[in-house]
Amino acid sequence: MNRIVVVGASAAGLAAAETLRREGYDGTLTLVGDEPHTPYDRPPLSKQVLSAEWAPDRVTLRAPIELDSLGLELRLGVAAGGLDVANRTVRLADGSAVPYDGLIVATGVRPRRLPGEGAHVLRTLDDALTLRERLGPGQRLVVVGAGFLGAEAAAVAWRLGAQVTLLEPAPVPLAHAVGEEVGRVLARAHLERGVDLRTGVTVTEVTEDGVRLADGAEIEADEVLVAIGSLPNTEWLADSGLTVGDGVVCDEYCEAARGVYAAGDVARWYNPLFGVSMRIEHRTNAAEQGMAAARNLLDPGARKSFAPVPYFWSDQYEMKIQAYGYLRGHEEARVVEGELEQGRFVVGYRRGERLSGVLAVGMPPRVMRGWRQAIAVGAGWGEAVG
Amino acid sequence: MHVELDEPKCVASGQCVLAAPEVFDQRDEDGIAFVLDEQPAGDTLDAVREAVAICPAAAIRLVQR
Repeated sequence: MNRIVVVGASAAGLAAAETLRREGYDGTLTLVGDEPHTPYDRPPLSKQVLSAEWAPDRVTLRAPIELDSLGLELRLGVAAGGLDVANRTVRLADGSAVPYDGLIVATGVRPRRLPGEGAHVLRTLDDALTLRERLGPGQRLVVVGAGFLGAEAAAVAWRLGAQVTLLEPAPVPLAHAVGEEVGRVLARAHLERGVDLRTGVTVTEVTEDGVRLADGAEIEADEVLVAIGSLPNTEWLADSGLTVGDGVVCDEYCEAARGVYAAGDVARWYNPLFGVSMRIEHRTNAAEQGMAAARNLLDPGARKSFAPVPYFWSDQYEMKIQAYGYLRGHEEARVVEGELEQGRFVVGYRRGERLSGVLAVGMPPRVMRGWRQAIAVGAGWGEAVG
Repeated sequence: MHVELDEPKCVASGQCVLAAPEVFDQRDEDGIAFVLDEQPAGDTLDAVREAVAICPAAAIRLVQR
């Protein structure tokens, strides 16, 4: 293998590129990214960057000297436009074509939007800097969507003195992901601080003055942030022959087609640890999957299935929320340590007869590691929660 | 090679402890990581490279001093 192309220059793409080099690959390595920036970190965008605690350059993932040492052909500021699997060529938006022997697709996701102009989204560094310019004391901010991103942004805006209205279509925020009990804890954190969380509210469009709701009412705002989830960037793969269905569909090795792997937010792969096909939009998964895809691409004979225990965290007000495992589609959620009211707890999630995930606030690391281990070994629900 | 940890960047994920338990641990009170062995060698150094790559906060660096 002499030519490897990694499409996507964020966490997953960078991890893949670094791993290829670390594992001894010394051929041509092209890293393509649609943003003009060198790889940077996204989780701080809705936290320290939005609050202006950090200067923008603090999110840079690697110093120039570290990037140089990888010997990359860096193609930044140009999106991928198409893929020809038969001829092993990636077409770029500027009309150029890049041939490959091995390909890693890590094109990530983009924010879903609402009809209407002028709303913010929060995915890129430029998005975060634009929104941060507009946030300040007395500013009226409407955040559409009380998922993790919307909640984090609301918390930061509140801390900056903005008047925040947080609109969520579900009766309890994040209930589908973390369960109703935890969702109510998160909701209470907003309400206690005076963030105007309104649930059961569907926004249909962004207007000149704010947002319009499904019942026709309007809510006025100086700024609107739309945080209603993401869509995988797979349009460039249309007609490529790859299977696309809410992400690039891969097997348990992260392989989408011979010599083509996918990693990060865009990859839907079969995780044998949980026995389900999943697509994970978490920072930790991006790095782990980028590394796994790179290793399997380089050494298919010794390839390993990618069977991680997913992990994510979220910072909302003074709460740090941490979760291991696969929480979606859980059949039961139960407090297994501590108490919700004290803001110090572990909630376990059951799927079938197994402990499939845990979510915790305010617990020491060794407690979390114990729960993670239980998920990693596929512990039964009964034995794990007692 | 020296292990450097940018503590304010650490998000307490503990991924480094999973990757290289001989080199990293976490504070009980807030989960922030700390370094046990600043100059790892051999297999342990490989484990630290894994930790550098996997840290979701890009808070760990291996530097030549």
